[in-house]
Amino acid sequence: MRSAVPILTVVAVILGLWYLAVGPMNFRLALDAATRGGEAVTPATPDEQSETGLIRLMLDNPDVLPAAYAFERPRLPQPQDVVVEIYDNTVGLARGCEWQGWGAESDNWTGLSDGCLRVIENRRSLIYHAWKTLAPTLVGFAIGTGLGILLAVGIVYNRTMDLSVMPWAIASQTIPILAIAPMIIVVMNAMGIQGLLPKSLISSYLSFFPVVVGMVKGLRSPGSMDLDLLRTYSASRPQEFWKLRLPSSLPYLFASLKIGIAAALVGTIVAELPTGARFGLGARLLSGSYYGQTVQIWAALIMAAVCAAGLVWLIGAIEKRTLTRLGLVR
Amino acid sequence: MIKAEGLNLVFQTNDGPVHALKDVDLGIDKGEFVSFIGPSGCGKTTLLRCIAALEEPTGGSLTVNGMSPDEARRNRAYGYVFQAAGLYPWRTIAGNIKLPLEIMGFLRSEQEKRVNNVLQLVDLEGFGKKYPWQLSGGMQQRASIARALAFDADLLLMDEPFGALDEIVRDHLNEQLLQLWARTDKTIAFVTHSIPEAVYLSTKIVVMSPRPGRITDIIDSPLPKERPLDIRDTPEFLAVAHRVREGLRAGHAYDD
Repeated sequence: MRSAVPILTVVAVILGLWYLAVGPMNFRLALDAATRGGEAVTPATPDEQSETGLIRLMLDNPDVLPAAYAFERPRLPQPQDVVVEIYDNTVGLARGCEWQGWGAESDNWTGLSDGCLRVIENRRSLIYHAWKTLAPTLVGFAIGTGLGILLAVGIVYNRTMDLSVMPWAIASQTIPILAIAPMIIVVMNAMGIQGLLPKSLISSYLSFFPVVVGMVKGLRSPGSMDLDLLRTYSASRPQEFWKLRLPSSLPYLFASLKIGIAAALVGTIVAELPTGARFGLGARLLSGSYYGQTVQIWAALIMAAVCAAGLVWLIGAIEKRTLTRLGLVR
Repeated sequence: MIKAEGLNLVFQTNDGPVHALKDVDLGIDKGEFVSFIGPSGCGKTTLLRCIAALEEPTGGSLTVNGMSPDEARRNRAYGYVFQAAGLYPWRTIAGNIKLPLEIMGFLRSEQEKRVNNVLQLVDLEGFGKKYPWQLSGGMQQRASIARALAFDADLLLMDEPFGALDEIVRDHLNEQLLQLWARTDKTIAFVTHSIPEAVYLSTKIVVMSPRPGRITDIIDSPLPKERPLDIRDTPEFLAVAHRVREGLRAGHAYDD
């Protein structure tokens, strides 16, 4: 609970700045509406208004400011609008949700009424879209982590790989993912692979890199004395790996996994953008921007942030458990 | 047990060749406690690493138990104790002592028995389930000695094992090490830069000098095998210490 105070403080500051920004961001829209509504504004014509600075406009027309906060399709929505949007599209969908008891009387085998399932099955549901993004994220993260660990082991144990793989891994990250994503989708589509896997591959493309970097560092972290000790036992290379290098690398691995899983989520969302995906948080972002629905965009963004925070927290919890069991944290 | 004849080791560095060991002749018999003393750069640690087959001599001959150092290592001829305890933080004390046993393929039941035996030898009974950070520095170093003893090597190679500890702990560990040596009949090769430590522990003191690393004196200690700590105030002890100091001076160890 001690950590709640600083977190809530930061949240409060962000909300405060957000509120402050809503007025200026929507002011010109509100002024436009007021001008068209025949209200007296200075300067009077839209042309003059567009040539006048925002601060000047706000000082000259203080009466319009409340309208900027009450705008229906705002450029920047207010926080509570976003909260309402998130609520409506998650738990708000669950109207008529009740426990009907087991047996023939209930709508389905779970015993929950069909109203409950709307939360996860409705096309409007953010939980539905979040899951459509999370599933490929998790698969992509697993692929990326596996690939990253394999590459790191290769780099540490094979001199040729040490010299050749790392530059390519770095180069791979300099290519904009937006440029590659459509090609992967198209190529895989031509091969008859659709759905989750193409998204996962794009997500793993982003998540393998931090794992490679962290794991190489971790596998090389044992000092010369630790390695000499094993040499005095005439230990084999696999023994050296399992008994020394791998356990030494775990703290580095977990740090990388936290970065990797956040990157995997970003990768999946980006994979949804250029491919016209109909489901997923990326699809919500895209359709929101098509139709000027900023509230929808913000709701999807915050949902994505919540997912990322949850995933990183999950890795952190696994990290703590693992390292405590290994005696690496006290 | 260990025999070195005309041993040479030259490191090639960017600043040209460095003569780490030059014409080293040395014999160590079974059951001896031999200390190597000298300033840094005199090759005492390098010599120990050659015996452990962690370094390859560039000339001369070196045998351990009549074999090459490499073969001796594969035959588990020695246990090595480093300057730092080097215990794995993710293993308990017992787990750390088991490490060589696992690598060498001892049976599980045998491992347990040996762990208990060596924990007793170094006075750490009941600490097997603790993690290294729960132990003091001196206890950690004792655990690392236990680890080196676990697989019954006849030879114990110790590279400034107490160098990082304070003097009070060090005195105590020196006393315990002598008792351990008396009980187990091991041969011990011990690198140190402390004159009192070398004289107190050893049956034979090898004085070394740097540039090039070489042996300047070999002193067979006249002290009895039974050595209480206050033996360090006797004239015999001081005489040996004096001779060690003379040996170091003769090797110009005190220059610069």
